[in-house]
Amino acid sequence: MTDAAYPVRTERTRLAVAGARATTRSIVGDSERSGRFGNLLFVAMLLLGVGTALVALSAIIVWAYVTGRPLLSTDLLTNYPSTVNPRAAGYRPAILGTVYVISGVVALIVPLGVGAAVYLEEYADGTKWWNRLIELNIQNLAGVPSIVFGILGLAFIVRGPISLGFVAAAGSLTLALLVLPTVILASREAIRAVPSSIRHGSLALGATQWQTVSRQVLPAALPGILTGVILAVARAIGEAAPLLLVGAVTFVTFDPRFFDGGYSVLPVQIFQYAGRPQEDFRILAAAGVLVLLLVLLVINATAIWLRHRYEREW
Amino acid sequence: MPSRQTTNETLSSTDRRVAALAPGPPVNIATGQAADPGAGEREVTFRLEGVSVRYGEALAVKDVTMDIHHKDITALIGPSGCGKSTLLRCLNRMNDLIPSARVSGRLWYHGEDVYGPKVDPVQVRKLIGMVFQKPNPFPKSIYDNVAFGPRTTGMKGDMDEIVERALRSAALWDEVKDRLKENAYGMSGGQQQRLCIARCIATEPDVILMDEPCSALDPISTARIEDLMHELKEQYTIVIVTHNMQQAARVSDRTAFFTAEVDEATDVRTGVLVEYDRTEKVFSNPGDERTENYVTGRFG
Ligand SMILES: Nc1ncnc2c1ncn2[C@@H]1O[C@H](COP(=O)(O)OP(=O)(O)O)[C@@H](O)[C@H]1O
Ligand SMILES: [Mg+2]
Repeated sequence: MTDAAYPVRTERTRLAVAGARATTRSIVGDSERSGRFGNLLFVAMLLLGVGTALVALSAIIVWAYVTGRPLLSTDLLTNYPSTVNPRAAGYRPAILGTVYVISGVVALIVPLGVGAAVYLEEYADGTKWWNRLIELNIQNLAGVPSIVFGILGLAFIVRGPISLGFVAAAGSLTLALLVLPTVILASREAIRAVPSSIRHGSLALGATQWQTVSRQVLPAALPGILTGVILAVARAIGEAAPLLLVGAVTFVTFDPRFFDGGYSVLPVQIFQYAGRPQEDFRILAAAGVLVLLLVLLVINATAIWLRHRYEREW
Repeated sequence: MPSRQTTNETLSSTDRRVAALAPGPPVNIATGQAADPGAGEREVTFRLEGVSVRYGEALAVKDVTMDIHHKDITALIGPSGCGKSTLLRCLNRMNDLIPSARVSGRLWYHGEDVYGPKVDPVQVRKLIGMVFQKPNPFPKSIYDNVAFGPRTTGMKGDMDEIVERALRSAALWDEVKDRLKENAYGMSGGQQQRLCIARCIATEPDVILMDEPCSALDPISTARIEDLMHELKEQYTIVIVTHNMQQAARVSDRTAFFTAEVDEATDVRTGVLVEYDRTEKVFSNPGDERTENYVTGRFG
């Protein structure tokens, strides 16, 4: 299967899939596929990509720091927002909202995504029509714009059959649906990068298929799967569009809860401040960008630390 | 006739595990004329009767009948594509993993039908281990590679001892005893292959199947593995596929020579057993012209 067969992939999916594959390859030591030349070219392209990303990131950080400097203090993290006094306003409920929503997303997508990927890669008979239908659907869902998931969340999760209301749990569920196809595809890629010689070696020792999957394939693929999850979730943290539709617009001046009451998330709160005419709110928004980056850094660092723990479990 | 005991007291540990493969009364072994005149003087581990293997429509191995003897090293030789690996994978049901593969004929292992309806392939593979052409250690520590089999099969005993014993049997202990916790990928190719042998021994199999175990190794590593096979022969029945005729001559007790017959109409290559006899006989006084041409290097 080549990537060209599935042209409709959003950037979040392409990134997560490539990351998952590369990580597993580095673990199972798949070195023969790329020659010396391929390696050089790959490294050059990587450096170019990393360079571009770093330049863009530094530009944002420098701009946000220069603009938001007058308001940088720990008050930003601990204070509640305000529409009248930007100098005393903070992001506390939005940070909590983001953490709740993302924790909910992770709790939903890891078991579901990995389970689906294991089924499709290790158990499903790819010649059966229903498995092909599932695969096609996942491929297509990964290409659907995020706003569509927002509408779906509004119609089915906030209202409609599930009727959770405009709560953080609805935001989690909506974002989970959004990133689930990406996580499934990335996990499949990580699992597929585990060479079949490892499965055969395990089965030849009298291990059952489940023992082979759970003790050989999944541990080898886990860092790759986690890479895919990190990359998918990092994108989800920045998603404002679908969350706007499922209630994250409430201007909350209290700590949100998971299953009731309004909630907000960082990108939406920043967006709201940035839209105000007063200069001080623009400064507050710039400072909020730094807060968002900080939260991202903390979440990613935790995930990467987790990944390293598993990698070292030889 | 294979000397299969039927009274419980005289059953060896392997026999008991074999008997557990397929519950029910012992299978009556059909009395067919064995292909090998030496049959009967030693216990038969495998008896193949008209074994054929197809991949989809293509017949890859046709009508193989032979006995593989207890604690012998049996070499399968022949040109590439004549079905040696295919036949070897039948013996521990690794062919089950290839969806298009179909096995027909009868294949007895200590009198049990390997492809019988009640036989669990997982149980078969616990008794019949396999070493692959390309070393395939797990991406884990040396220790965990060896311990994996005993752990999954729930073997009793001190794991450190089991691991040490297996590594010693595979002549690897002295080289790795100080770095058991290191990743197996840091070993040389020859060490990795001996680790795979140790991993296989650790589960205490009855038979070890080896599919061109030295083809990816340098001559020194190859020599070490050949020495190792001579030692392992004391305890295990070994079936080895090899491309290297000198290797077959050096290590094996019996040699089976296969060749491929090409079907002109469909261009399908089908492996057939040409000759199976004591190794000295096959190499010094072959009974078939095709064997003679192959072992003297005039063909293949
Ligand atoms: N997984 C497979 N699917 C289809 N055909 C196969 C497969 N494996 C082997 N064959 C075919 O079976 C024949 C015998 O192959 P093999 O047993 O690998 O031969 P050998 O080990 O003697 O070189 C070849 O013609 C090969 O193309
Ligand atoms: Mg072969």
